[in-house]
Amino acid sequence: MHSFGYRANALLTFAVTILALMCAIASLSDNLNTPSPSAQIEILNINWFQKQPHGNDEVSLTLNITADLQSLFTWNTKQLFIFVAAEYETPKNALNQVSLWDAIIPAKEFAKFSIHTSNKYRFIDQGHNLRSKEFNLTLHWHVMPKTGKMFANKIVMSGYRLPEDYR
Amino acid sequence: MKSGAGNRGMVTTEGRNCTETETEKRKRNGVDRGKHRVDQVPSDPSGMIVTSALIIWKALMCITGSESPVVVVLSGSMEPGFKRGDILFLHMSKDPIRAGEIVVFNVDGREIPIVHRVIKVHERQDTGEVEVLTKGDNNYGDDRLLYAQGQLWLKRQHIMGRAVGSGFGAPLAIFGEDLPGPNLALRFLPYVGWVTIIMTEKPIIKYILIGALGLLVITSKD
Repeated sequence: MHSFGYRANALLTFAVTILALMCAIASLSDNLNTPSPSAQIEILNINWFQKQPHGNDEVSLTLNITADLQSLFTWNTKQLFIFVAAEYETPKNALNQVSLWDAIIPAKEFAKFSIHTSNKYRFIDQGHNLRSKEFNLTLHWHVMPKTGKMFANKIVMSGYRLPEDYR
Repeated sequence: MKSGAGNRGMVTTEGRNCTETETEKRKRNGVDRGKHRVDQVPSDPSGMIVTSALIIWKALMCITGSESPVVVVLSGSMEPGFKRGDILFLHMSKDPIRAGEIVVFNVDGREIPIVHRVIKVHERQDTGEVEVLTKGDNNYGDDRLLYAQGQLWLKRQHIMGRAVGSGFGAPLAIFGEDLPGPNLALRFLPYVGWVTIIMTEKPIIKYILIGALGLLVITSKD
């Protein structure tokens, strides 16, 4: 019972168990944090709005994204992955989510920001349903911890509308 | 193994049953503790470890309902979130797939699954079927180049599971709790997956390892 193999095995099992427990506790400590994030998104300009040759609508926008996500950071946060998605409904599709822009926030200092940007990813519909379309702009964040449970949430901003005609 | 009951307990000493006097017992306890015990545990722990690993693997397959409950991150396309060599445990729930989720999917004709984030979702009104576009966080463009010829979207059947969580607590964490939002139940062990990467890039090592493991199992004394 005292061979090297047994001792090594016992030590390793113990170490892994302790490590796992520490990770679980670190993860649980994230629940103590009560975040209060805020965000505003403004559509500065509709750059163009066209129907593609295949028949799908596409629109290009310039957005002003302002957010304060500093309260989401804890000591156990590795990074924050955030993205802005346009969400809307069409006769064919119950839900369309199109990511327009995303970013990785590596630390708390960068979590309060305001940027002007055109959409990073193309806003293309399945079909030609975008004229006069009402849609929500949702800022999603995914907290990736150094260790433990990853969690995600979002702020939904509604009331945006696309133009009636192509430009 | 010492039974340890009372002053004149029965003690098995090297296969012989005998009652012993107090002095003999004291002498044994004080002086040569380790010598006269009989091991009833297998003397080769590695065989047990291998068997346990196999049992855990099969149990994982049952619990997660996935044929491949463990995958290894092979590329750096999701850095800095997931690094090369991280191990992911997969779990697939019936929840709808939504933008922002990290999914593991198979492309027809490619044997290696890919771990990327969903950036576009189109869900049908009538059937509830979903068409999804993915992209690696660290990549410039979306995954259309990775999909099969002519394929523009991923569908539910391509997706093997979802990802969440991180750290060294993988064995505990896979027995997943209810998480807010989608039911994500992946955990990952940093760097442990490097073994798999090495085995993929130099297959001869895989054969050597499997041969050695098989030898261990055969030669274990239990």
